[in-house]
Amino acid sequence: MEVAQQDVLTAPEQQAAVELTGSAALLEALIVEGTETIFGYPGGAIMPIYDALYDYKEKLDHILVRHEQGGIHAGQGYARTSGKVGVVFATSGPGATNLVTGLADAQIDSTPLVCITGQVFAHLLGTDAFQETDVINITTPVTKWNYQITDANEIPEVIAKAFYIARSGRPGPVLIDITKNAQIQKFQFKGYTPCNHIRSYRPKPIIRPSFIERAAQVINEAKKPFILWGQGVLLGKAEQEFKAFVEKSGIPAAWTILGAGAIPTDHPQNVGMLGMHGNYGPNVLTNECDVLIAIGMRFDDRVTGRLDKYAKQAKVIHLDIDPAEIDKNVKTHVAVWGDCKETLPLLTQFVEAKQHTEWLAKFNEFTRQEEEQVINAELHPQTGEMTMGEVIDQLNGLTNGDAVIVTDVGQHQMVGCRYAKFNKTRSNVTSGGLGTMGFALPAAIGAKYGAKDRPVVAVIGDGGFQMTLQEMGTIMQTGIDVKILILNNQFLGMVRQWQELFNERRYSFVDIQSPDFVQVAKGYGIAGRSIKERADLKGALEEMLNSKGSFLLEVMVTKENNVFPMVPQGCSVSEIRLK
Amino acid sequence: MSDQNTLPEGKQEFNITVYTENQIGLLNRIAIIFTRRKINIDSLNTSPSEIESIHRFNIVINETEDVVRKLCRQIEKQVEVLKVYYHTNADVIWQEMALYKVPADIIAEKASVERLLRENGARAVVIRKDYIVFETTGHREETDNLISVLQPFGLIEFVRSARIAIIKDSEGFNRKLREFEQMEPGEDVIENEYLNQRDKVFTM
Repeated sequence: MEVAQQDVLTAPEQQAAVELTGSAALLEALIVEGTETIFGYPGGAIMPIYDALYDYKEKLDHILVRHEQGGIHAGQGYARTSGKVGVVFATSGPGATNLVTGLADAQIDSTPLVCITGQVFAHLLGTDAFQETDVINITTPVTKWNYQITDANEIPEVIAKAFYIARSGRPGPVLIDITKNAQIQKFQFKGYTPCNHIRSYRPKPIIRPSFIERAAQVINEAKKPFILWGQGVLLGKAEQEFKAFVEKSGIPAAWTILGAGAIPTDHPQNVGMLGMHGNYGPNVLTNECDVLIAIGMRFDDRVTGRLDKYAKQAKVIHLDIDPAEIDKNVKTHVAVWGDCKETLPLLTQFVEAKQHTEWLAKFNEFTRQEEEQVINAELHPQTGEMTMGEVIDQLNGLTNGDAVIVTDVGQHQMVGCRYAKFNKTRSNVTSGGLGTMGFALPAAIGAKYGAKDRPVVAVIGDGGFQMTLQEMGTIMQTGIDVKILILNNQFLGMVRQWQELFNERRYSFVDIQSPDFVQVAKGYGIAGRSIKERADLKGALEEMLNSKGSFLLEVMVTKENNVFPMVPQGCSVSEIRLK
Repeated sequence: MSDQNTLPEGKQEFNITVYTENQIGLLNRIAIIFTRRKINIDSLNTSPSEIESIHRFNIVINETEDVVRKLCRQIEKQVEVLKVYYHTNADVIWQEMALYKVPADIIAEKASVERLLRENGARAVVIRKDYIVFETTGHREETDNLISVLQPFGLIEFVRSARIAIIKDSEGFNRKLREFEQMEPGEDVIENEYLNQRDKVFTM
């Protein structure tokens, strides 16, 4: 056993070195970084690390997933609910390439991850050795940073850098590829010092007070200001600072899909979701406001619709930690570069306390129209078949908005995010930027490890569930409590919706057959139930939420229901359609 | 706020100067920023700078300033990149070097080496029995000029270097870099110093 018998946090120069393998040093480093849970899958090239892990079973909880993609999505779910860095292990070659989707997902959604991949022996690099792939080059475009370790001596410093880079500034995924010889190699381990500085890396831009003052001046002069907030508020752990700004300024605020939950859904100034399937008011009034205050959001094309018709009348104030986001898609009038946890209180200080009552009432009027034309029919349908919206609405009633809702990608995702109520931060876990089907089930597993005391409900479509349903095996083995709610419309619903609206109902390969999900779950030892009747809905949801351990509930919903409102691709946000 | 409906301003050559750590794989990371936007790099030079362990890239592309500014921000976002600047050709002094290999006998027989050297600002690097290698340094049109002169005499091989450029308005660069390098640990450097004139100058 090669567990280091010393305090790893002691300054290295004060320590006597101990001889450790690279693998043991890696695990020591993970412990110091606060890692509790690792999601992974072993293989030949990472075997020395797994062998060392055998000695660390008491300190590091390893979750054996069923596919490396499941492992990285679980790491993402863990990071999103816990606010910590997700840690993922995979072997070389196919193991490593199976991480690519999750890396791309984490990169675009700014999720902090440290992925460790095994690699062939250093002397075999570049020889097409068994299970060798050029992981560094493959993952370069989808990582915040990556590095290949070929010598065990590099491990402490590189792992420290990896965690620092993953979690600081705008967070993101980091991949460290370790050759097998470096994992085996014994070296003199002098302790582990976490990293807090890299010469060439500036995680946060310096705050410039004059720009805060200018921003406040523009806000104070505004008649119809409008706040758009994104995940930056959550990533910066700035929910309180954000709420204080919103409440003092009295400005209506709307959220991007990843920003959901930073302030409660029912907050009187929370006017809804932005974007393609967002709420009516926030979209239309984006093109009417005089000042647009964007906080920790990146003007994704699903938010802005057609850029040349986006908020042309407004002065744009953009608060962001990433200088590359300023002016990237939308030209700003005042750029406030910095960590919003630090910039928001400064801005609040200079902003006058106001109540934009009339302006807020305009949003409420649009909400009333949306309720009349869309929401009522979705939540209280007059037809016999159930809608996705009413399922989510019933779920809200039973969880009081306290659950973590993990959605997959498709119609159910948009419905879930539109209608789920969030009372707590870090409650909405979804694949926002990449739109990865198959995300929800493994992410929900990770989300539960990141928020063990909260109910976690994975809301998944029948298509997405079949992409990673093998992760029910992970649930079976770990006994983790994840509620799986499948909204089955027997279609790849979002593509079908587009085909209906824009391709003359040419339903090309979207009618998907599914197995008996309840029977499949039963095979994995997970209790389940499938319902078709509205009368069974509340009882079935209660049964799911009250069951001990995981439970799969399949709800058969209307086949050809569309998610509205919708900003058709290539249209401006004010051209949002209610039907 | 500028009008996003207006046509993009005209493309021109921009010299992008990147100061980086000496790190394997960084070239690829930087190159990807151009390739994913389908932007061709016209010239790329990378070499150690005057400061040990800091490398300097000179990248030339033909693009609009708006695109170049965004590219530079993406480059500077990379962990191992210290600083990025961009400049038009008017803002820099730039040079390319070219080598020309020609048969010695023809040159000796039909052209006056001395005249060639004088008229084209060239210098003979190697004179052998079988061939002569000339070198010139200058702008593209200057180095191109000698190709056309030597072609009739049986030019054997030609090679041109990437562009290197010195920024005209760069007083204090060296000092700044050394300060940057010595800053341990991490007091943030002055960033965004030109933010209020960011349409004119870019740096972070």
